[in-house]
Amino acid sequence: MSTLTLETPVRAVPTSSRRPWFSDVWLVMTRELRPVVREPFSVVFGLIQPLVFLALFGPLLAGSTDLPSADVWQWFVPAILVMTTLFGTSITGSNLQTDMQTGAHERLLVTPLSRSSQLVGRSLKEIVPLVAQALVVIVVMLPFGFRADPVGAVVGLAMLAVLGVGLGSLSYALAIAVRKQEWMFWAVQQTVLFPLLILSGMLLPIESGPQWMKVASAFDPLRWVVEAERALFAGDLTVSAVAWGWVAAVLTAVVGLVVGVRTLLRSAD
Amino acid sequence: MIQTRGLTKVFEVSKTQTVHAVRGIDLDIAPGELVAVLGPNGAGKTTTMRMLTTLVRPTAGTAVVAGVDVVRDPATVRRHIGYVGQGNGAGHTQRGVDELFSQGLIYGLDRPSARRRAHELVDALDLSAHATRKVSELSGGQRRRLDVALGLVHAPQLLFLDEPSTGLDPQNRANLWDHILRLRAEHEMTIMLTTHYLDEADTMAERVVVVDHGQVIADDTADGLKRTLAGDRVVLTTTGSAAVVAGLLAHVPGARDVVVDGARVEARVADAGTAVPELVIAASRAGAPLLEALAVRPTLDDVFLALTGRSLRDEQASSSSDEIEGRDAA
Repeated sequence: MSTLTLETPVRAVPTSSRRPWFSDVWLVMTRELRPVVREPFSVVFGLIQPLVFLALFGPLLAGSTDLPSADVWQWFVPAILVMTTLFGTSITGSNLQTDMQTGAHERLLVTPLSRSSQLVGRSLKEIVPLVAQALVVIVVMLPFGFRADPVGAVVGLAMLAVLGVGLGSLSYALAIAVRKQEWMFWAVQQTVLFPLLILSGMLLPIESGPQWMKVASAFDPLRWVVEAERALFAGDLTVSAVAWGWVAAVLTAVVGLVVGVRTLLRSAD
Repeated sequence: MIQTRGLTKVFEVSKTQTVHAVRGIDLDIAPGELVAVLGPNGAGKTTTMRMLTTLVRPTAGTAVVAGVDVVRDPATVRRHIGYVGQGNGAGHTQRGVDELFSQGLIYGLDRPSARRRAHELVDALDLSAHATRKVSELSGGQRRRLDVALGLVHAPQLLFLDEPSTGLDPQNRANLWDHILRLRAEHEMTIMLTTHYLDEADTMAERVVVVDHGQVIADDTADGLKRTLAGDRVVLTTTGSAAVVAGLLAHVPGARDVVVDGARVEARVADAGTAVPELVIAASRAGAPLLEALAVRPTLDDVFLALTGRSLRDEQASSSSDEIEGRDAA
């Protein structure tokens, strides 16, 4: 052991100057990403689910219609990207559950980081591997006739990031709200996830369903995002579906952040 | 450094049930002090510390920490204090040194300083061999030292330690304290710790605050508490007449509560250490030579017993569930 002297300027803490909120978000996100960088292979596992859906569900879908398979992929691949976002971000609260159990969450609560930056930073952290996964899915599907408009793809991924922040924040809010009964997290997550998934028309077109399902799907923000993603990847950047997609994604983000930050603040009483 | 007035916390467990975790605590801690808050589980130690560290909002009363009101400006309080909670502060998937670096940045160090500080702390707390391992792979003692390192990452002027050595074996506890005391000397830190280890409060702290049922019931040095609340005892066994020995005991300064039990005589005295040699000689001269003479120093447990009529040791065995409830509610 060395003789101990901490030579780094002691008490280097700024006492009054407040760090910009975005810097806080950046710090939280990069901290959360560090284990991912250390073990990049973990991102690969996240790829399994979308690829399974593409490999096993895609052919069934193609077989159930007379459309050429390229058209089917054009319809299905953007939806799979939304699904990856949904699955990836909706379980992020379980990471927080671990951190709440161990004390790592409490540790961050006594640091100068603002409360909201901790939620946003954590949610954004989920987006980075998602974008990597989305790129792999797109590249894998190109030989099968899937066409991705470059500008549309970039805008589409940005929309998924906004949606993901909202879904991630809601997942964190859920984890905090049910912190005394942890099993509740998965019960609620599963109960909410599948109706959202099916009503969005990701897997099968909602138009073929009964009227009540069409009405219900109008209240599913994912439906609007899915339709927007299909338009964006096809290169239809200016259709109204894209605008509605943004409305749904931004609303989800705003609601998610408001609920998330309120839950976090209230948990301190 | 810390000043509280009427600090109170009431948890609403349900609509009909409330828990008065802390009932009006007044506490003043001066810069540089090392104060142990001692009490049984559920006494309100942890809730008090969580209010001082801005993790829980007080129901009533005021607390000024490092010159800043914890309710009015919690963000500034957080910048000034280090906190080592009961759990492990490092993320389980993180590498130890990464976590120290990240948290250095969070506290406002620039990247080179944060990196240097991370390595200094790793060296200081004997973690060099484990710094690049994942936190989940560290042993309990290593993880606890990493927690302390995290609490010190910004060299705070005030450090809170919530049961820092719970769950560690005696060797690891001693080791952890070596590190803490050395760092404290170098940084002129004020330290407030909670503990339910009597010996820890006894040997480490310069001042002991005893808390029970959410209130401060005693506040003094460990020696002062023992002297005023418990006192030394002598236990003598004689081959001669116990009555003669009891008579001699009565002349010892501060003697009281003399009890004779067969050949055994016991009494409280002001200073057992100096009383025993004199008693040995006196008993021998009086024709009642001693077979055995014990000078018994009081423990903090005796203090607690004198204060509350209960033994702290019994409490520990029976009521570990209260504190968990307190944490959840927090």
